[in-house]
Amino acid sequence: MVGPKETQQPNGFSRRSFIQGVSVGSGAAGALLATPEAKAAGGDVVGPGAVSMTLRINGRNHSLEAEPRVTLLDALRDRLDMTGAKKVCDRATCGACTVMVDGQAVYACTMLAIEAEGREIRTIESLSANDPVPRNFVKHDAQQCGFCTPGFVMACQSFLENNPNPSQADVEAGLSGNICRCGTYVGVRLAALDAAKEVKGGRRRGY
Amino acid sequence: MEAFEYAAPNSVKEAVGLLSSNWGEADVLAGGTDLLSLLKEGVHTPKRVVSLKNVSGLKGVSASRIGATATIAELLGNSSVPAAVRQAAEGITSPQMRAMGTVGGELLQRPRCWYFRNGYGLLGKDAKGKSLAPNGENQYHAILGNKGPAYFVSASSLAPALIALEATVTVTGPDGEDEMPLEKLFQTPSSDSQRENTLQPNQVLTGINLPGGGARSATYEVRQRQLMDWPLASASVALKMSGDTVESARVVLGHVAPTPWRSSDAERALAGKAVSEDTAMAAAKAALSAATPLSRNKHKVQLARVAVKRAILQAAG
Ligand SMILES: Cc1cc2nc3c(=O)[nH]c(=O)nc-3n(C[C@H](O)[C@H](O)[C@H](O)COP(=O)(O)OP(=O)(O)OC[C@H]3O[C@@H](n4cnc5c(N)ncnc54)[C@H](O)[C@@H]3O)c2cc1C
Ligand code: FES
Ligand code: FES
Repeated sequence: MVGPKETQQPNGFSRRSFIQGVSVGSGAAGALLATPEAKAAGGDVVGPGAVSMTLRINGRNHSLEAEPRVTLLDALRDRLDMTGAKKVCDRATCGACTVMVDGQAVYACTMLAIEAEGREIRTIESLSANDPVPRNFVKHDAQQCGFCTPGFVMACQSFLENNPNPSQADVEAGLSGNICRCGTYVGVRLAALDAAKEVKGGRRRGY
Repeated sequence: MEAFEYAAPNSVKEAVGLLSSNWGEADVLAGGTDLLSLLKEGVHTPKRVVSLKNVSGLKGVSASRIGATATIAELLGNSSVPAAVRQAAEGITSPQMRAMGTVGGELLQRPRCWYFRNGYGLLGKDAKGKSLAPNGENQYHAILGNKGPAYFVSASSLAPALIALEATVTVTGPDGEDEMPLEKLFQTPSSDSQRENTLQPNQVLTGINLPGGGARSATYEVRQRQLMDWPLASASVALKMSGDTVESARVVLGHVAPTPWRSSDAERALAGKAVSEDTAMAAAKAALSAATPLSRNKHKVQLARVAVKRAILQAAG
């Protein structure tokens, strides 16, 4: 885990730039649905081609062009090179893609990027290895293949910021939106309970 | 996912103007937890998605009104919400789902029937027009109201609880606002052109009204997995008591029929009686007396009975 980083590597080559290359949208097509009264009423219709949007992620603004159908998860991973959040089910049923939006854990695979405009997005890239949650995940060996781990860490971070003194039962309920194929639940619970002693007030650290 | 236009209007009126009078052309987006899956599977292929995120009048939860875009978390955060509704909402365990999912979206989520979700249409028919569920993988399908052509079950856990409590809903369309009992929002489709709800394609659900009235209520769910799944069967009960006697009861089952399933037989079995194990069991048996299970879901009859009995005992306290 690293601190907030630039969308491009120092050499100017982004790991995901080849995907960006192939995912260029169909371009601005004509309006698909004709409702002239709608425009007059004020609701601006955008798309289906790429739209300029600004996402506020880990305290910084990121501008990108993406079609309305692009999810927040795909925007993070494929456009902004923030590959911490993982894509597993892509259907709101596993938690691997968990990020925080306005202080709450959400499934980034199931939110459109355009819906996240104007909101405070926080990803695992905002945490360092020395922060309480990641440190305690390492301490309690709370990962095996590690694929669910970034989502679990963000679910845990959100849970602890919103629930300062949890019981074990609280932790189990609070992390019930994430599943682990490798069965690391015991380690995750211990990590959450230990991290709880240190996280208090984490929300006020500037994100 | 196919490409679509997107708009996030500031008012219900604008949202209605952006929708279409035909199904399939435009979809309302609330929390997106169901809609995005439908879009990714290609079950819905709208040309336009109309987000409710900027419509502020649809938010908020009070003892008498739940806004359509209030989230499950906001619903659970209000202590004045009746027990049956709270207990149904608690079944949606995932904090991410509670933060994203809205009450309106929960009521209007599409059925989970795997034939529907895999492109065989809401009525789940093969190319020759034959229904797939009756002789297929029907272990999660309907045991009541399943004479055909619909075999799926209503997916909403909140609807039975809200119907038990006599909730009404407000919907706004091109002709203005309409209020109706929540029960009337649901229907069993009799042809491919109908949906499982009576909303028009250019109507927006704006909120749910709770009449109050001090019924004692409870919801009991039977689940295969405790999380990340829907119940196999549920029952919501509201009892109006006079002393120890049930003056009137409302009993509504969930996840057993194409709509939330109100059982007037169970309600009659309780009226005028004191609640005991025996009267609760009699009402539970009455609720399932008309059940017609399919080839692989006989077990759901007993699970639904248990749900009704336990919900009655829990409501009576
Ligand atoms: C793993 C998992 C487990 C779940 N378990 C349960 C469970 O146990 N019980 C349960 O009840 N639910 C369960 N759910 C479903 C969940 O509660 C719903 O997906 C959620 O509440 C839908 O709300 P939403 O705001 O995200 O809806 P959306 O996805 O935004 O919308 C759902 C549908 O309703 C329409 N719609 C939404 N709001 C309006 C409106 N105001 N007016 C008109 N149309 C509207 C949309 O067009 C769409 O067709 C589960 C979901 C998942 C993924
Ligand atoms: S990838 Fe988003 S919940 Fe599984
Ligand atoms: S560590 Fe492998 S999925 Fe959780």
